[in-house]
Amino acid sequence: MSDKQELPSELKARLKAEYDMEWRKEMRKSVPIKERMKIPRQKMPEREPGERNRDFKEVNKGLDLETARREAQRCWDCANPGCVSGCPVAIDIPSFIKLIDKGDIIASLCKIKETNSLPAICGRVCPQETQCEVVCNLKKATGQPVAIGNLERFVSDYERQKGEVFIPPIPPPTGKKVAIIGAGPAGLTAAGELAKKGHDVTIFEALHIAGGVLVYGIPEFRLPKSILKTEVEYLQKLGVRLRTSFVVGKTATLEDLKNEGYEAFFIGTGAGLPNFMRIPGENLVGVYSANEYLTRCNLMRAYEFPLYDTPVIRGRRVAVIGGGNVAMDSVRTAKRLGAELAAIIYRRSRHELPAREEEVKHAEEEGIEFHFLTTPVRYIGDEKGRVKAMECLRMELGEPDASGRRRPVPVEGSESITEIDMAVVAIGQSPNPLMAQTTPELRVGKWGNLEVDWLTMGTALPGVYAGGDIVRGGATVILAMGDGRLAAAHLDQYLKNGRS
Amino acid sequence: MPEILRRERLVPNIHLLEVRAPEIAAKCRAGQFMIVMPDVRGERIPLTIADWNAKRGSVTAVFMLVGTSTHKLSLLKAGDELPVVVGPLGKPSDIRNYGTVVCAGGCFGIAAIYPIARALKEAGNRVITLIDVKANYLFYWENKFKRVSDRISVSSRDSFYDSKEYIPHQLQTLIGEEKKIDRVVAIGCTYLMYSCSEATRAAGIRTMVSLNPIMVDGTGMCGACRVTADGKTKFACVDGPDFDGHTIDWQELFARRKSYFDDEVRSYCDWERNEFP
Repeated sequence: MSDKQELPSELKARLKAEYDMEWRKEMRKSVPIKERMKIPRQKMPEREPGERNRDFKEVNKGLDLETARREAQRCWDCANPGCVSGCPVAIDIPSFIKLIDKGDIIASLCKIKETNSLPAICGRVCPQETQCEVVCNLKKATGQPVAIGNLERFVSDYERQKGEVFIPPIPPPTGKKVAIIGAGPAGLTAAGELAKKGHDVTIFEALHIAGGVLVYGIPEFRLPKSILKTEVEYLQKLGVRLRTSFVVGKTATLEDLKNEGYEAFFIGTGAGLPNFMRIPGENLVGVYSANEYLTRCNLMRAYEFPLYDTPVIRGRRVAVIGGGNVAMDSVRTAKRLGAELAAIIYRRSRHELPAREEEVKHAEEEGIEFHFLTTPVRYIGDEKGRVKAMECLRMELGEPDASGRRRPVPVEGSESITEIDMAVVAIGQSPNPLMAQTTPELRVGKWGNLEVDWLTMGTALPGVYAGGDIVRGGATVILAMGDGRLAAAHLDQYLKNGRS
Repeated sequence: MPEILRRERLVPNIHLLEVRAPEIAAKCRAGQFMIVMPDVRGERIPLTIADWNAKRGSVTAVFMLVGTSTHKLSLLKAGDELPVVVGPLGKPSDIRNYGTVVCAGGCFGIAAIYPIARALKEAGNRVITLIDVKANYLFYWENKFKRVSDRISVSSRDSFYDSKEYIPHQLQTLIGEEKKIDRVVAIGCTYLMYSCSEATRAAGIRTMVSLNPIMVDGTGMCGACRVTADGKTKFACVDGPDFDGHTIDWQELFARRKSYFDDEVRSYCDWERNEFP
């Protein structure tokens, strides 16, 4: 998605109309580009590593109004904005940034909410460095793109602090019932879009709190749950209904919901099936899947045990296997729960780490150890069945594989044993199989993903759309949101004309 | 939030909970379970659905007081609400006409095996119920079992019933007495299920157990409940909870169930100190 792509002509026309508005022209004239280029990229204030790695409060403190306006001044307001093409939901980025520059923060927020219902979340968890910011024209000129993500976050935080929630106008009810299956980023986005079209939207969620990976996966120190709660309440203010503790496929099938009058469906059930390595000792006590570890800590708040009843093992020497964002979240959580040694075990080198650069930097600052070109081959237990050590092999990078990354090859005779008392396996998730198992008409790909028409996100069943990790495998929050948005547009067409 | 319709003490330490959950009641089949959370700071715990009433829109579970969550549940009353009741989860038990089936249960497993015994009876099996209790006053649902069993045998450690034998011996005695046993289903504590599986191994009688590992979500997304069956890792919440007892790595299950023993004790002491100062 990082490649710059041609924008649809309708969107181009909309951007051009905004670009040509008088106030935008005036703003461009008011400060010459040369002046703008003298402003350095404004730093996101952060809490001190030695303090923040002992609690679960947010690491980034957010920009203040003054800093945000200075950062917004850096934007050239290009006639041909690269940034918009890098955003999976095509936010009119120049408009919202220039409104900050002008000082009209609420107008800026309305601009974002035209295409993105969850800005407080995207501003925090999107990998902007590979999306909007990588195609920022200022980056090409200076190497320092406009901090689009930080600005998006600033705008949404400003709204929340003011306490007034902007609700866009909603057309009269269409009387059409839509079921959204899964309250993760894809489902929440689709729900917001469809509610704004006047449809009667209900989200069905298996867990007891909405948010999907935003609530059970991403820790409080990256995304405070109070913010997620506000965003979900915003959707409810748009008229979206939420049924938690409802497992579609078990509590009711898609067919049952059809019989209850739901006319169209969006499946956003994610990639919630943890992968294990299938090596000896993986079922020892103290070896967690990242999903379990993070669910205990985030959803069930085990870090507040015994105030909350769910326990979690507080390892002293913790190994986290993997190099993605889930691995970073797990290892930083373990550190916060008192680990003396919290280490990432990754089979490739630092260069190939799939985690966001910001997360890796934060982890390093917080005292996380990184062991590259290393892979576990077995876990060793004590007489009580608890993990006490891990045997690893060193790796070398060989020829590039199909994904273009150099394939790690084990070095013979390089076995070594490390003492650990906890391990977290964070090597990826597979699509959740429940929907496909109970709705055999859905077509399933070889990775267990649902097959869709990528132009419409439609599945093999008419009126049934899908998006996010259930079609992509483990991907990003914003791609899921982009899918939700695209599917919602076609689902709306389907409800109007009987086809998308 | 789902409302509690009834919460009553069946026998010392064992309580019944009936909850309004029309969707679960409409879908439920023998062998499935639900996840409940006693209050907003509580944890999610699995309970076998011991009975359900689609007309009344309710499901019933029976639980034994063992720690914080079950004690919290035991203090709730009709009209109270639970923040989480989700189900029916897990695969339903395999119900077919096998011939003669033995249903063996102890403590909370007495209730858990009831819907399976009922379904097996309805499927035309000859049902023999085997109950194991520590003392006679811990046996409940006797009348319910009489209606679905062709033969009942109860043993307790006191002198009230004919037999004082532990359940594996009781099972072996039965194997000697009966001409042919086609299947055994055993539900109770892990040790009961393990020992019943060992008791039938030599005779080669297929023995199904409803495993009780630690669970969190109950929908297959975390693997907390993983067990080794036939050398392969399975998630009890989606692949089970029923498994062939002869294929289970019992030592692993015993160890995994004790994962949080110290935390459980701490949690309960903490909670009790606050509730009963």
